[in-house]
Amino acid sequence: MAAVQETVEQVRRIDVDQYKYGFETNIESEKAPKGLSEEIVRYISEKKNEPQWMLEWRLEAYRRWLNMREPDWARVDYPPIDYQDLYYYSAPKKKAALNSLEEVDPEILKTYEKLGIPLREQEILAGVERPEGATKIAVDAVFDSVSVATTFKEELAKAGVIFMPISEALREHPDLVKKYLGSVVPTTDNYFATLNSAVFSDGSFVYVPEGVRCPMELSTYFRINEKNTGQFERTLIIADKGAYVSYLEGCTAPMRDENQLHAAVVELVALDDAEIKYSTVQNWYPGDKDGKGGIYNFVTKRADCRGANSKVSWTQVETGSAITWKYPSCVLRGDNSRGEFYSIAISNGRQQVDSGTKMIHLGKNTTSRIISKGIAAGRSENTYRGLVSSHRKATGARNFTNCDSLLVGDECGAHTVPYIESRNASTQFEHEATTSKISEEMLFYCMQRGLSSEEAVALVVNGFVSDVLQQLPMEFAVEAQKLISISLEGSVG
Amino acid sequence: MTTPLLQIKDLKAEIAGKEILHGVNLSVPKGEVHAIMGPNGSGKSTLSYVLAGKTDYDVTGGEVLLDGTDILGMPADERAAAGLFLAFQYPMEIPGVTTMTFLRAAMNAQRKKRGEPELSSPEILRRVRSEAEKLGIDPEMLRRPVNVGFSGGEKKRAETLQMSLLDPRFCVLDETDSGLDIDALKVVADGVNRLRSPERSMIVITHYQRLLDYIVPDVVHVFSKGRIVRTGGKELALELEANGYAEYVVEEAA
Repeated sequence: MAAVQETVEQVRRIDVDQYKYGFETNIESEKAPKGLSEEIVRYISEKKNEPQWMLEWRLEAYRRWLNMREPDWARVDYPPIDYQDLYYYSAPKKKAALNSLEEVDPEILKTYEKLGIPLREQEILAGVERPEGATKIAVDAVFDSVSVATTFKEELAKAGVIFMPISEALREHPDLVKKYLGSVVPTTDNYFATLNSAVFSDGSFVYVPEGVRCPMELSTYFRINEKNTGQFERTLIIADKGAYVSYLEGCTAPMRDENQLHAAVVELVALDDAEIKYSTVQNWYPGDKDGKGGIYNFVTKRADCRGANSKVSWTQVETGSAITWKYPSCVLRGDNSRGEFYSIAISNGRQQVDSGTKMIHLGKNTTSRIISKGIAAGRSENTYRGLVSSHRKATGARNFTNCDSLLVGDECGAHTVPYIESRNASTQFEHEATTSKISEEMLFYCMQRGLSSEEAVALVVNGFVSDVLQQLPMEFAVEAQKLISISLEGSVG
Repeated sequence: MTTPLLQIKDLKAEIAGKEILHGVNLSVPKGEVHAIMGPNGSGKSTLSYVLAGKTDYDVTGGEVLLDGTDILGMPADERAAAGLFLAFQYPMEIPGVTTMTFLRAAMNAQRKKRGEPELSSPEILRRVRSEAEKLGIDPEMLRRPVNVGFSGGEKKRAETLQMSLLDPRFCVLDETDSGLDIDALKVVADGVNRLRSPERSMIVITHYQRLLDYIVPDVVHVFSKGRIVRTGGKELALELEANGYAEYVVEEAA
C-alpha cells in the first residue's frame, strides 16, 4: 500500500484517543441558571462585584445582541446554536477571592499539573524540570468562567506591570479598564464579540507602563471544564509608550459529545514606540472522527497600533476546535506602525477552520507582514481568509502576504480567500500563495533514509511551517512542534 | 563459498498491473561492485525502487535476501536500518528542513531502529563536518534546506554525504552520473570509491560507460526488458559503449 494511501487510511481511523487533554476534572461548581437574559447579565455582573458603569455596558451590549444576526459568510457548516441551552457562568465552588495557591481547589491544581502548566511559583523558581537559563513565565490560569491563579504577581508589580484577572482589574484599576475596554473591539463589533461583551466572566488584564520592558513572558491558560458551558473570556493588554510585552495563550478542554461554545475577545493597545507580541497555541478539543463534539471557537482578536512606531505581532498555532472562526487583526493607526501575523493552522478529522487576519493601514508608512501556513488532513476544510486594506491617507503603506497550504490525503480541502483594498496610489501590496500536496516521493525519500512514515510526515510538515515556528518564543516553539506531531499522529501508518 | 551479501532470486514486480521486472536473478558477494547497464526504460530504476521498498510497486514473485534475510516484507525505513542505501537519481527537495536537521534525524532514526544509542548533536555535527570536508561540501550547504536550490552536482554530493554518514552495508546508486559535469563526476566517484570496502557491496546503475571509468566495477550486467540478459567483466562495458544496446533489444523482441 502506498505511503500516502496509508496516510489516508490512518486519518480515517483518527480517534479521540489522539487528544491528550480530554480528561474531566470533578469539582463542584456554581452555575448561573441556563439560558441568556437580562437577569443573567445582571447575575454575572453582581457575582463579579462590578461597578454600575460596567453593568450598563454589558446591558447595552446584550440589548444590541438581541437585534443582531449570526454571521454566515465563513466557510464553516454547523447546526444552529441554541443560545438558551447554555450556561453562561460557571465557577469552581468555594472562595470568590483567592489569596494564595493553598486556597485553590487541589483538583484544579492537579488539572493544570496534568496539562503541564506550572502554577506553583516555588517549583518554577526551584527550576523543576526546566532547562537552565530558561526564562520565567508568569501564568494566569482561567478555569471555566473564572481565573483561579496568577503567579509572579509581586515580581511583576516591582516592575510596575499589572497582570491580573480582568474581574480583579475592574475593581482595582477601574480607570484603566474603563479607558481601554471596548476601545479596540467595540460592543457593537460583531455578533460574537457583542455576546462576549454582555456575558464575559473573566480573562487577563495586562498593563505595561511607559518605558517598561516586561521582565518575563506572561501567559494565560484557558480550560473549559463544565458541560454545556460557554466560555467567554476577555483579554485586554495595554503597552504604554515605549513598553514591551510578550504574551502567551494556551487552551484545552475535555472531550465531550456536545459542542461547547467559546467566544472570546482579545484587545491589544500599543501606544507610541510600544511593542506587543501575542502568541497562541490553541488546542481545544476538536471532536471525534465523525465530527461529534468539539469546541466552536468564535473569537475576535484585534490590536490597535495606536501610537507612532508601535508594533504588534500575532503568532498562532491552531490545532484544535471543531469550528474555528478567528481573524487576529491589526489596525495600523500610528504612523510607521507595523503589524505581523504568523499562523500555522492544522486541521484533521472533520475539523473546519476559517481563519486569517486583517491588516488595516490607516497611518503613513505603515507596514505589515502575513505568513500563513495551513495544513489540511483527514476530511477537514481549511480556509485562509484575509483582508489587507489601505486608507487614502495611508501613503507609503506596504504589505507582504504569503499563504501556503499543504494537503495530506485526498478528502480534505484548502481554500484561500484574500481581499485586497487599496485607496491610494503609493501603496505596495504583495501576495504570494501556494497549494501543495505532501508527495509520495518525498515520504519515500525520507523513509529510505531510515525515518518511519510518521516521522517523515512530521519532518516535512515542520519544514513547511518553519518560517512561523521561528517566530514563537523558545519554550512555546518546542511545545508547538510536539503539538504538530500529535495533531498529525495517525495521519500516517 | 560464503553467502552473497545481496541475493535476488527470480524477482518479479509490477506497477498498476503492468509487469516491469520479469524475473531478475543477481548475486553480489561482499566487497564487490556490480554495474547494471541497459537502455532507457529497461526497468533499471524500477529494480532500485523495488529493492528500497517503494510502495508504488507490487512484488509478484521472487526473493531479495540481504545477508540471508528476506527484506521484501519490510517497509522502506526498516530496510534502510538493515543497511540498504539508495542514492537517488533525482533526490527530493524538502523545503524548510535544513540538511543538518535531516542528517541528524536520519542517523538517529536508523540507530534507534537497530537498538543502538542515539548520537549527541555535537557528535553528529563533528561527523557531518568531517565527511563534508572530504567531499568538498561547503559547510554553508548544511544550513540550506535539503536539496532546495542545489545544483545537480551539489545534489549528488549531498547524496554521497548521506551515504557515507549512514554507513550502509549495501548501496544502490541509481544513475549517479546523470546531470553531472566531468569535475563533479570525479568528486562524487572519489567519494564512492572511498566507501568501497571488503564489507560493503554496491550496485551501480548507469547507461553510460563514462561513470565506470571512475567507479571500476568487478562485474557488469546488461539489463534489458526487465531482466539481466548478459553478465561479464568490466570489459563488457566497453563493448556496450562501442556497439550500443541494439542487439539486446532485438534479441528480446524476436
